Amino acid sequence: MSSLLTDRALLWIGALLYLAGFLTGLIGLTRRQPSTGLRTLLNALLVGGWIFQWMGLYQRGLAGRGCPLGNVFEIVQFVAWSAMLLYFFVGTAFRVSLLGLFTAGYAASLALVSLLIPQWDLVRGQKFFGDNPWIEVHAALAVFSYGVFGLLALTSIMQLLQNWSLKNKRLNGLFWFLPSVVQLEQINYRLVLLGVVLLTISLGVGASWWVRNTDTVHLPKLMVTVGVWLAYLTVLVLRWRGRLVSVRFAWVCVGLFILALLSLGPVNSNRNSYRPVTLTPR
Amino acid sequence: METPPSILFQLGASHHTAPLAVREKLAISQDRADDLAARLRLITGVREFALVNTCNRVELYGVVQHPAIFASLREALCAVTGCTPAELDSAVSLRQNHDAIAHLFAVASGLDSQIVGETEILGQVKEAYDGALEKRWTGPVLNRVFQKTFQAAKHIRTNTAIGAGQVSIATVAVDLAGRIFGELAGTRILVVGAGEIGLKTVQAFQSRGATSITVASRTLARAEEAASLAGGWALSLAELPEAVANADIIASSTSSPDFVLTREMLAAAIKRRPARPLFLMDLALPRDVDPAAAQLANVFLYNLDDLAEIAEQNIAHREAEVARCHAILAERTAALWPQVSHSLNQGKP
Repeated sequence: MSSLLTDRALLWIGALLYLAGFLTGLIGLTRRQPSTGLRTLLNALLVGGWIFQWMGLYQRGLAGRGCPLGNVFEIVQFVAWSAMLLYFFVGTAFRVSLLGLFTAGYAASLALVSLLIPQWDLVRGQKFFGDNPWIEVHAALAVFSYGVFGLLALTSIMQLLQNWSLKNKRLNGLFWFLPSVVQLEQINYRLVLLGVVLLTISLGVGASWWVRNTDTVHLPKLMVTVGVWLAYLTVLVLRWRGRLVSVRFAWVCVGLFILALLSLGPVNSNRNSYRPVTLTPR
Repeated sequence: METPPSILFQLGASHHTAPLAVREKLAISQDRADDLAARLRLITGVREFALVNTCNRVELYGVVQHPAIFASLREALCAVTGCTPAELDSAVSLRQNHDAIAHLFAVASGLDSQIVGETEILGQVKEAYDGALEKRWTGPVLNRVFQKTFQAAKHIRTNTAIGAGQVSIATVAVDLAGRIFGELAGTRILVVGAGEIGLKTVQAFQSRGATSITVASRTLARAEEAASLAGGWALSLAELPEAVANADIIASSTSSPDFVLTREMLAAAIKRRPARPLFLMDLALPRDVDPAAAQLANVFLYNLDDLAEIAEQNIAHREAEVARCHAILAERTAALWPQVSHSLNQGKP
């Protein structure tokens, strides 16, 4: 790999490709009937961005000898990467128009913000998983579930917009491309189910390690993580029972994801006990 | 002396040039079309022709060797349709060469249609061309022009918003239902009242795959009659609360002076199926559905004015696209004309 293509350079290229995809989608929106060419270009930019982001994270993983989840910067990048990966499956399976645009905007924002805040990447714990692959699995699954919840927040916003447009009879512009209410409802239900399953497995793996050595996890991290899991589990049960549906369900999913993102701070604080090292020179 | 090149022409009438009474007279049935073709073949100098004949237009496209032949064409049209020369002259327009191509492009793309952007016209032009080709009325010039016309029309449909949005009450309703439910095949439709507008709307839903239709009316006999027309089940209004709870889409068009579907009835229905949306179309005057029902979660209420306003907005959006479409077609016409002109020159006797 060329020395110019450092991990951060690769991540920058990935973020800029996401941004280009988002702008391409916006151009498509200005036309009421976007061409197939524009849609193909949007998807190509997103795939390209995802590959560059993957390469960047891979380099950091090699350097840190572990899953690249060593600081807030890496966690945010990983959440964006997970959301895009999920979009490739969800977007293809459901042929959801506009989701590509929303995911591009979301991934570009996360990736660019994390790149523009150097403090998030000044220090990074090395080998903080302690050579234990199960802890890596636990961390990767937990962050991946955040990617799922991020995508759920996006589809929930789409549902709120669709509901607003149909209630207020504003059916043109952006609203023209939104998927149907029923389709969004189904996607949201499946995404919350998937997120809860992933987070449950992650916590299960983490718990089996924690019971052997309770000193390794700080109480704030434990409480926040279990709190997020319980909150999403409650949402899932209420949705399953038909108690939390439609707009209220969507609002809760958006609000909960904002809280989940804010919880990354306490979760990451657990790593402060590890000896910090500086990674790629900037 | 050098012979002038042949002429590509369009001669005909449409809703833009002739009132309905004259268009009715000009309408050419299949028998009349064959009669017209036989007469055109007898005219020396008519090399190719095709007839586009729809409910809104009768247009003859063709290639002739010199302008004097147009008088003979008019005579043939008068003889076949029974119009007087004065009637015909007041109704038809004549376009030649480049202008004829531009007009055919616009017609096939739906730009010249009464409902701008409608798609049916392209099929009608294709059908007219296929018939002419089969009967060997066309030749190299018209074959090329028509093939390029179909490509141009397809390009316009794919790359512009000329066909976007529905423009009738029934199709707007179907479009809205699509935004709520996606696929309509599995939706359950309840028609309240056996009015014509309700049944017409149901037909539009059936054309998009809806199969589960129930008709509720004040008298069971009237409901059964309407249900048999729609191919569905019949109910009396007494069974309405239960039927509402089971329905996804409700089209109401009774002549009742009071609300037939009250907020309380709809709130109770939605409570029984909270995750499933309910689309209400109030097609009655005075209204059948309590407007307060629109505030219920997962309930989407549209009355006649709402649907009409959406249709008007869509028409306005289509009309805003017309200039862009004409610009695209002008480029394509300019690109095609040198080739056609060459063919017209080559075909000199």
